[in-house]
Amino acid sequence: MGRMETPPTFTGYRRENGRIGVRNHVAVVPTSVAASSVATRLASDAVARARATPHQMGTSQPEATRRQTERTLAGIGRNPNVGAALVVELGTEDVDAGALADRIAGTGKAVETLTVREVGGTSGALDRGATALERLNAEAESARREEADASELVFGVECGGSDATSGIAANPAVGEACDRLVEHGGTACFSETPEFIGAEHVLAERCVEDEVRERLLDRVDRRERLADLMGTDIRGAQPSPGNQEGGLTTIEEKSLGAISKGGTSPVRGMVDYAEDLPVGGGLVLMDTPGYDVESVVGKVAGGAQVIAFTTGRGSTTGNPIAPVIKVTGNPKTYERMANNMDVNASTVIDGESLETVGGRVYEKLLAVADGTPTEAERRRLEEFAVNEITPIELAELEARG
Amino acid sequence: MKGEVLDGAALRMAPADTVATALEDLPAGRRLSVEGRSVELSEAVAFGHKFALRAIEEGEEITKYGYVIGRATEPIAPGDWVHVHNVESTRGRGDLRAHGGETA
Repeated sequence: MGRMETPPTFTGYRRENGRIGVRNHVAVVPTSVAASSVATRLASDAVARARATPHQMGTSQPEATRRQTERTLAGIGRNPNVGAALVVELGTEDVDAGALADRIAGTGKAVETLTVREVGGTSGALDRGATALERLNAEAESARREEADASELVFGVECGGSDATSGIAANPAVGEACDRLVEHGGTACFSETPEFIGAEHVLAERCVEDEVRERLLDRVDRRERLADLMGTDIRGAQPSPGNQEGGLTTIEEKSLGAISKGGTSPVRGMVDYAEDLPVGGGLVLMDTPGYDVESVVGKVAGGAQVIAFTTGRGSTTGNPIAPVIKVTGNPKTYERMANNMDVNASTVIDGESLETVGGRVYEKLLAVADGTPTEAERRRLEEFAVNEITPIELAELEARG
Repeated sequence: MKGEVLDGAALRMAPADTVATALEDLPAGRRLSVEGRSVELSEAVAFGHKFALRAIEEGEEITKYGYVIGRATEPIAPGDWVHVHNVESTRGRGDLRAHGGETA
């Protein structure tokens, strides 16, 4: 196969806890929707490395939902791409800013908090926040890139706006890159549990432990039963009207194409939404919804430093904290949206081997880790959303105990 | 690319598949050879869409990637376009259970 025996290297920012960041952002993390506007304003007015993560959660949430929001925001702040963080609250939130800051500070990075109500409202918050960001920026600035190897990468893979080319070209090409990373000792993660439906038997056969297999089948069953609970079928949403236009007929067909983006390695684990992903962990699944922005955020909160995102029809999704590499297998989409695409995998359809195209994805992953900006980064596409556990999911969770 | 390319214009992902995917916009009447047989498209099949490689009975499972992707809701002739109008998913069908039907 001609593969390298020693893992390739890149340069990244070594954090106090030993993890390697591929970016050196100052995260501005609001604890709720009520602090999101001021967080966005602070980040856009401030130093170039500031990145806001505005969202809709954090107020009046049931306990399980609040815990998930906290885990997500803490994970975002803890991600090694973050060099320092500012946690912003209005002062009324269920999510406690101090506790959140402590969880982030556990990684050894500088963290400050800002409470809008206690610093003179929005004007005071903008003044105090700007000063805090200057301090935090100075902390982050002291980090220097040093050599790291591919085994230290946690690579999240995602698909959105799928069509028939996704399962033929872009997903298997990204899967090839995942296989190489896993072979080099790294971690690859894919998610979107509703898009395991109809392909779970293929994944189940690859689970190394019975416990992982049972967890996987249980999570798929849970997502599928939500359709039963609502007395509807999932065909309205899965495949989406866009997927159908692109030639995908059923969820089974979409899933069988979707799982190829994780490659062919054994499945070593399955974690919850935004739960920590292991370093050097091989192929690990995450239980997330199919909505791609929330799903990307879940993996970044789990510690993924780089995301690859395959799209047939042409998604533009980025992320504020992790670079998102766009890969399309559709030649027309590549032509129409070259300014959003990082890798053209449509050459697979013309006969270029998956090994070659997958090799290009892997090289792009290492280059991006080393500092090359993605198209989404160049255009500051930084979508962010935290998954909300819906009331019907909560009821189902409670019923299960 | 995994699978077998048919006359440079379509892709059968696995040998057991009863459908192939168009790799370009294919017009009605286009003939493609599959294991020595000829399949003529009864209608146009757009890039990325599927057509039947053999006759499929109503209720029969449709196979792509070597796995089941749904079942036929009507008889499908070789060369017919295969999509949501003649195939349904068998999964996540809460609608069937709600109406007292069966799910596979």
